[in-house]
Order: sequence, then structure tokens, then C-alpha cells
Amino acid sequence: MGFLSSFFKSSENSSDVAKNRLKLAITSDRAVCSPELMEQMKNDIIEVISKYVDVDTEGLDIKVTKTELDDMSGTVNAVLANIPIKEGSRNFRK
Amino acid sequence: MGEVIVITSGKGGVGKTTTTANVGTGLAMLGKKVVLIDTDIGLRNLDVVMGLENRIVYNLVDVIENKCRIKQALIKDKRYPNLYLLPSAQTKDKTAVSPEQMKKLADELKTEFDYILMDCPAGIEQGFKNAIAGADHALVVTTPEVSAVRDADRIIGLLDANDIRDTHLIVNRLRADMVKDGNMMSSEDVVEILAVDLIGVVPDDEHIVIATNNGEPLVGSDCQAGQAYMNICHRILGEEVPFLDLEVTKSFFQRFAAIFKK
Repeated sequence: MGFLSSFFKSSENSSDVAKNRLKLAITSDRAVCSPELMEQMKNDIIEVISKYVDVDTEGLDIKVTKTELDDMSGTVNAVLANIPIKEGSRNFRK
Repeated sequence: MGEVIVITSGKGGVGKTTTTANVGTGLAMLGKKVVLIDTDIGLRNLDVVMGLENRIVYNLVDVIENKCRIKQALIKDKRYPNLYLLPSAQTKDKTAVSPEQMKKLADELKTEFDYILMDCPAGIEQGFKNAIAGADHALVVTTPEVSAVRDADRIIGLLDANDIRDTHLIVNRLRADMVKDGNMMSSEDVVEILAVDLIGVVPDDEHIVIATNNGEPLVGSDCQAGQAYMNICHRILGEEVPFLDLEVTKSFFQRFAAIFKK
């Protein structure tokens, strides 16, 4: 037993492992929103952007996802929106 | 006017029913008029933990369906005359009751009792919705394990979405020796993750098993769990009570036990 416990102590504490895993899991749990809410947000975003440019609603992709921070210090949840502008449209109306 | 407290957790088996029995009994010992409601329809358990399983005549569903008056279904505790249990039904399921009916029942009981404790079933479905319907406050029970803490976070989110903002955390079955060795999250760790106010830390105490075997809540007794539960009751009444120093006593026991292990 003595050998085993000294073996385990050399690695990271299991309570720290648990804490770090939980923090990540809970952060992504909390970021999950219902499909209806997602759809609503999507429509609102399209509405705003359409005031300025013609948006290609077919190729539109909006999602909540984990993304690396700029300074590489970890990950955060972010709304990622890929909103293509319609080909041939006159961009930036104003 | 009484207060309705729901005891919930998300995950099963973390000690909701034991907590309900002990906190309810503790509040009654402190002179409050208390009723405990088992809202786990189909999986009745609070009655056996309280040692009142032989006295059931009517149950929660009978009251909701107007088959009896509330007073007829309430079971008076063996030891405290100001403590009552409204047992759950064993042969029905969660759909026998609606959140609106539970809220109405809670509002009626508020006129009679100081505290109405709702023992919530595990999960986040109908049974959970029934249990929280009339609640003013929530006690979220968790153990220092990843699965229980994650579920507690979901529950806290759902309580918040249902406008129950007065939520407090109970960290149950803490083993100070394991925390010390870095092999169990501490209550501070759990509080940091869940970002909710702590109202009690209950140690993993074999006296709980014995008390449950006997159908007698151990709140107020000499053991650490008994003291921890009584402290929670004092805090519910708004008193400031320092948290038990579990570390010292436990490590002493550890050293003691270690001698025998060798």
C-alpha cells in the first residue's frame, strides 16, 4: 500500500483533476441554449446585418462553441457567426 | 406565514431525503411547526427514514384528489408534536399531481406551519417541477463528486429560471481525510465551482447509516453529522454559526484507525 500511495502522490491531486474537469464541463453546460432561442438569435442577427449588406441566408452558420483565447491562456465559450455576403450584391449600402 | 423550502439535487442518492428528515426534525426541535412533504410519487422513502411508515393512512395524491382533508393525511412525528409528515403515494406516478396543485397545497399549509419542507425526487422532470412549484427557498444537496456537482449546477440554473433565487448549498458526505490528501474536492472547491452560498457541510458519518436503520433522524446528537445538521437549522433561522472544523477530529480518527490497520 505504501508503494501505491507514494506512486499516486507523485502525480496531480485527483481533487484538482476533478475541479478542472468540472469547471470545463459546467462552462459548456451553461452555454448550451435551446434551439428556439438559437433560432431567435440567428434571425435577430440576420435582421441587423441585412440593414447594411445583403446576407446569403443559405450559407449562414451561427453556433456557440469553445474557442482559444488570443493569448492562448485557455478557452472561452463564444458565439461564432459565419455570415456570407451575397455574391454580386452592392456591399455597404450607406 | 410559513416558508416553503425545497430540498433538491438533480442526482439521486446524494442525501436529499436524509437532509429533509434531519433539517425538518431540527427545526421542530428548535420550536418551529414543521411539515415534511415527500414529493417523490411512486418511490416513497421519507416515511421510512422518519420511522413513520406504519402510520400511513392517506397520502399526498389522496389530498390532491380531494379523497381526504389535509389534516387526515398528516402524520404526527413520534417524538416532536410540532412535526408532521405528508407521505407520498406508492402506487401512482408523477403525473398524478401538477405544479399548480402543489403550489395551492403549499399555500394552504403556509397558514398553519412555520416551515414546509419539500423532499424533491431526483431528476429534472415532472417530479422536480412539482416539488419546486410553491418553493420560496431551495437547499441544493451535493456530494464532492463530479457527477453530483455537475447536476447541482444544472439544478441551480433551473431554479433560477423558475425565479427561485434564494438558493443555498449543502455539501454532504465530505471526508476530511480525503480532502487533506488531495483526493476529494473540499467544500470551498465546490462553492467556487457552483458560485452559490454555502449553508452546511455534513461529514460522511457512519452514524447516519445507523440512524436511518433505526428510523430516527440524528440531528442534534453528539456526532459530527448531528451537529452539522443542527447548525444548518440555526442558519435557516438566520443565526450566524461557524462551520464545524471537520479536519481536526477526522485526522485524529484517521491516526487512530491507522494504528489498527497496521
